[in-house]
Amino acid sequence: MVTIPVEIQLLFAALLFLMGLIGLLVRRNVIFILMSIEIMFNSAGMVFVIAGSYWAQVDGQVMFIFMLTVTAAEVSVGLALILQMFHHFKTLDADKLSNLKDTN
Amino acid sequence: MTILLALIPIMPLLGFLILACCGSRMSKQMIAFTGAVSVGISVLITLITGLAFLVTPPAGNVVVVNLWQWFSTGGLALSIVFRLDALSLVFIFVITFIGFLIHVYSIDFMAGDEGYARFFAYMNLFVGSMLILVLADNLLLLYLGWEGVGLCSYLLIGFWYREPVNGYAARKAFIITRIGDTAMIIGIFLLFVHFHTLDIQLLMQQASSEWGNGSPLATWAALLLLGGALGKSAQLPLQTWLPDAMAGPSPVSALIHAATMVTAGVYLIARTHVLFELAPAIQTAVAAIGALTLLLAGFSALAQHDLKRVLAYSTISQIGYMFLALGVGAWSAGIFHFMVHAFFKALLFLAGGAVIFALNEEHDIFKMGGLRKKLPVIFWTFLIGSSSLAALPLITAGFYSKDQILWFAWSAGNGNPWLWAAGLLGAFITSMYTFRLVFLVFFGDMVTMPEHHPGRLMLIPMIILAFFSLIAGFIELPESMGHVQWFSKLLDPVLPAVNTAHGRIPESFFQLVAGTISLSGIYLAYRFYLKQPYLTSSFNESRISKFLYKGWGFDRVYDLLFVNPLVWFAVRNKNDFIDLFTSALARAAFYGNYLLSITQNGRIRWYVMAFVIGIVFMLTIFINL
Repeated sequence: MVTIPVEIQLLFAALLFLMGLIGLLVRRNVIFILMSIEIMFNSAGMVFVIAGSYWAQVDGQVMFIFMLTVTAAEVSVGLALILQMFHHFKTLDADKLSNLKDTN
Repeated sequence: MTILLALIPIMPLLGFLILACCGSRMSKQMIAFTGAVSVGISVLITLITGLAFLVTPPAGNVVVVNLWQWFSTGGLALSIVFRLDALSLVFIFVITFIGFLIHVYSIDFMAGDEGYARFFAYMNLFVGSMLILVLADNLLLLYLGWEGVGLCSYLLIGFWYREPVNGYAARKAFIITRIGDTAMIIGIFLLFVHFHTLDIQLLMQQASSEWGNGSPLATWAALLLLGGALGKSAQLPLQTWLPDAMAGPSPVSALIHAATMVTAGVYLIARTHVLFELAPAIQTAVAAIGALTLLLAGFSALAQHDLKRVLAYSTISQIGYMFLALGVGAWSAGIFHFMVHAFFKALLFLAGGAVIFALNEEHDIFKMGGLRKKLPVIFWTFLIGSSSLAALPLITAGFYSKDQILWFAWSAGNGNPWLWAAGLLGAFITSMYTFRLVFLVFFGDMVTMPEHHPGRLMLIPMIILAFFSLIAGFIELPESMGHVQWFSKLLDPVLPAVNTAHGRIPESFFQLVAGTISLSGIYLAYRFYLKQPYLTSSFNESRISKFLYKGWGFDRVYDLLFVNPLVWFAVRNKNDFIDLFTSALARAAFYGNYLLSITQNGRIRWYVMAFVIGIVFMLTIFINL
C-alpha cells in the first residue's frame, strides 16, 4: 500500500480550502457562495481525517461525521435563506444586496 | 434666650422656603401674610432678646449660640454659630424692624404685580441672609450671608426682568460687587493661612498679638477686606452700580440699597476694626475714600432728574460719611449714623416710591410739583426724612449723627481739618440737593396730577419711620447739649472709644458751623429752585450738569478701560483659541468615521476579503511568535 506523506495530504486540504475561498470571493451568485463554503468546510473536515489517520485514532473520523451533520443543518438553513432571498429580491446576486451599507 | 436668637434669621428663611415652594398656589393675602409675619416674628424676637440684653447684660456682653457643625475637613472645622453683641444687636434691630415696615409697605405697593409671591420670597431671603451676615461668628458664615444678600440684590434689581435695562442694571450690580467680593475672599484666605481659624474674635485677638502696628500682612488683610466693603457699600471706585440699581421696585431700594445691604461694608469694617487699627495707612485710606465719595456723590445728586437716582447718590454720599467716621476711628459714630440713616433713607425711598406710585410711574422730578396739598401725609413724612438727611439742627436725628461725625473728623486721633472741611462741604451739598427735591416735588405749580392714592398700609410704615427719623438722635447727644451717651456706651464693649487729639476749639462751635451750613444749603435750594427757576434750567443745560449727571463719567472711563477691551477681545476670540484643540479632536473623529464608513458598503464579499486579510495578518504574527 502506497502511503502518501502527511505533508502532501495537508497541502491537498489547504489547496481545497483555498479553492473554496477563492470561489467565495469571486462568485457573486449566492448558491455558488454556499457551495464554496461547503468546499471550505470539507477541507477542514479532511484535515481532521488526516490528523486521525496520522495518529491512528478514530476521533478524527468521528469528528468528521459530526461536521457532516452540522453541515447538513447549515445547508438546509442556507438554502432556505436563499429561497427567501430570491423570493424577496428576485435576484441571487450577493452584491445587489447591499442595503445595510453605511450611507454618508 | 439662646435658641430664640437662632430663630431670628430662621424665621425669614422659613418664610422664603414656604413662598418659594408653594407661593404660586397661595392667595395674595396668604402670600402677604407669610412674607410680613415671618419678618414680624423676627422683630418680636429681636425686641425680646434686645431688651433682655440691655436689662441684664450677659456675661462678657455676648450671647453665642452654637447650632451645629457646618463641616470639618483638613484642619478646618466650622460651625454655624450666631453671636449677639452690641454691634450685631444694633444691626439686627435695624434690619428686622425696617425690614418689617418695608414688608408691610410692599403689601400695598406690589399689590398689582404678577410676581407677588416671588417678590416676598426674595425679600424674605434677603432679610434672612442679612441677619446671617451680621450674626455670623466666623468669616465664612459672614461671607455666606454676604453672598446671599448680593444674590437677593441681583434678583430684586432685575425683578421686572422683562425690561432688558433692568437685567443690565442687575448684572452690573452683581459684577461690580463681585470685584470687591473677590478681594474680600482673598483677604479671608490670607487670614486663614496665617491663623488657621476663621473665628472672628479669635482672629482679632491673634492679629493684635502677632502682627505689629503697620505690618505689611495686616495692611494687606485690611486692604483686601476693604475691597469687599467698597464693592458692597458702593464707595469709590466701585460706586457705579448703585444708581443703576434703582431699576428695582422702591421697597427694594429702601430696604436693600439704602437701609441695610449697602451698609454691610460699614459692618464689616466695624467688625474687623482691630485689623484696620493695625494698618493705619488703610484706615486713613478709608477716611479719604469716605470723604471723596461723599463729595463726588453729593455733587452728582445735584444734577439728577430721576427722584430715585437722587436718593441713590445721596445714599452713596451718606455711606461716605460712615466710612469717614470709621476711618478717623470714631467707630460708634459711624454705626450711629448707619442707624439714623437707615431710618430716614428708608423713609425717603418709601415716600419717594409712594410719589412715583401716585403719579403712575413718573420718575422725573421736573415733571412733578405742587404735590404738597394733594398728598399731605407723603409730603410731611418726606419733609421729615429730608430734614433728617439735610441735618436740620436740633430737631432731627440726622443732625446729631452727622454732627458727631463732623466733630470727630476734626478732633479724633486720625482726623484732620481737611476731612472736616470735606464733610462740611458735603453737608452743604446734602441739604441743597435734598431740599431741591422737596421744592421741586412738593412746591411750585402742579405739573402732573396724582392718579392713585397710597393706602394705609403704605402710609403707616412711613409715619413710624418719620417718628424714628426725628427721635432716634436723642439717644446720643453731644457733650455740649445734654451729653447723652446711651448708644456709644452700648457699643463700648465691642468698639473702642474715640481718642480725641485736637480738642482746643469747643465742640459747640462746630455744631454752630454745621447747623449754619445746613440751613444755608436749604436757603440756597429755596432761592435756586423755587424763586428763580430759570437758573435751574440754565444749569441743567450746562456741561457741568451733564458731567455730574453721568456720575463724573466713571462709567465711561470703566467702559473705555475695562469693558471695551474685554468686549473687543471676546469678539476677536469668538472662535475660542482653546476650542481649536477640542474642535480638532472632533474633526478627527468625523474624518475617521468617514473613512471607516466607506468600508461599510454592504457587500458581503468585501467583508469576507477583509476577514481573510485579517486572518492572514494574525496567522503571520502568531507563526512568527
